[in-house]
Amino acid sequence: MPPRSAPPSIGASPPADASSGDAALTRVFVAYTVTATLWLLFATAIGLLLAFKFGAPDFWAGEYFSFGRLRPIHTNDTFYGWASIVLVGLAYYVAARSCGTRLYSTRLAWIGLALFNLAAIAGTVALDLGYNWGDLEYREWPWPVRLVFLAALLVTAWNLIGTVARRTSDEIYLSNWYTIGAVLWTCVIAIVAVLPWYQQGLGMMAISGFYMHNAVGMWFTPLALGLFYYAIPKVLSRPIYSYALGVLAFWTNLMFYPLLGAHHFLFSPLPWWLQTVAIVCSVAMLVPVWGGSANYLLTMRGRYRDMIHSYPLMFIFVGVIGYLFGSTQGTVEAFRSLQAIWHFSNFTVGHSHATMYGFISFAAWGGVYALLPLATGKNAGRKGLAMHFWMALVGSFVYVIALSIGGTFQGINWVQGKPFIQSVVDMQPYYVWRGVGGALMFVSHLVFAWNVWRMTFGARGDARSPILPAGREATA
Amino acid sequence: MKQLVLIAGGPLLLYVVIVLLIAVIPAIELSRLPPGPGVVPLTPLQAQGRAVFASNGCAYCHTQQVRPLAEDQVFGRPSAPGDFAYRTPTLAGSQRTGPDLTNVGVSKASDVWQYIHLYDPRAVVPESIMPNFKFLFRVMPVAPAGETAVPVPAAFAPASGVVVPTSEAKALVAYLLSLKQAPIPGFEAAGAAPTAQTAAPAASASASASTAAVAAAAGGYRFDAPRGQQLFSANCAACHQASGAGVAGAFPPLVGNPAVNADDPATHLHTILYGAHGVVIDGKTYASPMPPFAGQLSDADIADIANHERSSWGNRAAPVTPAQVAAIRAKGR
Repeated sequence: MPPRSAPPSIGASPPADASSGDAALTRVFVAYTVTATLWLLFATAIGLLLAFKFGAPDFWAGEYFSFGRLRPIHTNDTFYGWASIVLVGLAYYVAARSCGTRLYSTRLAWIGLALFNLAAIAGTVALDLGYNWGDLEYREWPWPVRLVFLAALLVTAWNLIGTVARRTSDEIYLSNWYTIGAVLWTCVIAIVAVLPWYQQGLGMMAISGFYMHNAVGMWFTPLALGLFYYAIPKVLSRPIYSYALGVLAFWTNLMFYPLLGAHHFLFSPLPWWLQTVAIVCSVAMLVPVWGGSANYLLTMRGRYRDMIHSYPLMFIFVGVIGYLFGSTQGTVEAFRSLQAIWHFSNFTVGHSHATMYGFISFAAWGGVYALLPLATGKNAGRKGLAMHFWMALVGSFVYVIALSIGGTFQGINWVQGKPFIQSVVDMQPYYVWRGVGGALMFVSHLVFAWNVWRMTFGARGDARSPILPAGREATA
Repeated sequence: MKQLVLIAGGPLLLYVVIVLLIAVIPAIELSRLPPGPGVVPLTPLQAQGRAVFASNGCAYCHTQQVRPLAEDQVFGRPSAPGDFAYRTPTLAGSQRTGPDLTNVGVSKASDVWQYIHLYDPRAVVPESIMPNFKFLFRVMPVAPAGETAVPVPAAFAPASGVVVPTSEAKALVAYLLSLKQAPIPGFEAAGAAPTAQTAAPAASASASASTAAVAAAAGGYRFDAPRGQQLFSANCAACHQASGAGVAGAFPPLVGNPAVNADDPATHLHTILYGAHGVVIDGKTYASPMPPFAGQLSDADIADIANHERSSWGNRAAPVTPAQVAAIRAKGR
């Protein structure tokens, strides 16, 4: 399909902002962003401590600081504290603005925020006290806490659908397809994960395979993709490249993603057909991943020089590349021959950070830097944006590369049949580099918090408006 | 409104159908799988230990699933569906920062080893990066009546007092020692140590070849020394230590050990093949059980290990051949 300068579909670009003076929406957006930022700081401080423990296992080994207690706190709070809350806040803003309306209910948005935070706090306390539901990844919170999270999802779904129902345009903008889908699907995931009847023995393993990947790919991924569909055209003041391609990516993502969960349990006693379906669908995921990424990159076509002047766009660009790279890596990892080496190794940890950090977190930061100034009328400082971007980028590169190389050696050690302890010894330098990368990432989050402060309550900074002028190269 | 119903409801409905097909319905089937032969439920104490295991996040670093891959053979036979019958939560894990634990009740069968290792992993495995679990133990001036102090090596023991496990530690160790794969009748892993098949060729073929090699090497041993050291490191060093010094009061030293240094290797080889329990060495009784290795290691492997032990740390004993291992194996327990 040749590039078109003006796609005909009316849905191809986000409708213009209805009003800039929606104070209630701004307060909601700010509150979601600020609490999410606090969770980011907390969860990644824990992550840094965990990275340190790989080199100093006796450091803070007491009951409440033990590695096994803190590890699920790190993962759950980055998932359900940081990423969920920041992306839901952005989804509210995008829904209201793209529909040219106010939120269906500000009160519901506040109730949802309280429930998300209540779940994350209660979950953190429970895990630290040792109430861990079977070490089942990303659903370790005791079931009452996960019901609170489900309640937050239901409230959010209701509110988002209500908001879209009040839209002034005829079309429903594509972003809202993704975000409404994400919230509804995740309600299903949460219900399936909490019911006990079919989760005995191997049945539980099947649900774990389903859960650990769907909670990521049917929640964070569509929330971030929906955000891209609004933020990229907004910042560039141009329509998305192809609305049809976006719709194709939406449906193919829905068709293939839910089926690939069992690729976490290749070679396990789970039925072979389940594992093979997962591998086939992991390959099929290349359709929505490459289609979606191409759509975003083609929307940015010809404007890459502008990125130098727009950190919001740089964050979003890294997010798109993170999506493209991380998801393609996931496909490759699902092949049996490669899985035989990489599974159980630190390569997987590198992959999860390439995606949850390189894709999801960068997308969220890009969204916050692009849209929060529009809501509050305050920009962050240019130095602050630059420091956050470069430290996060370099830190995550060091982190992911170190664990990818180290994980590969770890897997090869096992294949060669060396004594197990050799793989522990050989990982040491890579654990150190992981800590170096992690430290940079954590410091960048402190800068992000400072930037959020300046965009909300603090003194405004000197960064330019995130909106680039349409149709011409920005000048320095 | 109609458009909204389609865009919200359509994908939701499709997703529910997919989830039923890919997750819920298979899980219903899998939940009903019968237990495999010899797979039994945990005792209440072991179940309590499993809860301690989960609440401290052990499964984040230790898997409990053996894949049908050559590299996983060190952990046991491939996991079968029936193995998971009583395993809720499954604790299958997704990472091997530490080794798989499917068979840890066999490979580390000694509760004393488990207690020392939990109290301070580096007391028995110097390179370990596992956190210590000292919070599962109490340090007391003397062990109370009915309690046994853990013989923690002096360098790792508290300055004063003795180390006594809490009830949580006892439950956890009971759980760990319960982790043993039930044998599947008729199943034999490819490449694992067969008894009859290679024993016979080894007896004839290598009896001439290896013995000749060993005999020809005047003053030194001719065996696969790097392999012997690797096998020792993987199978023996956790208790006997890489230095061969053992752990005082818990695991016997191999340095100067009479069985290891005897010219007749019968006791030495029999111990490796069939394990030992309550052995008295130099007047000290070692209560910890040593696991048998006849089921996991071939005659050649055991000969390599024995020769490593007989030629290291100042030990100088007559070398053994795979044929001699086969002969002791043939006599049986």
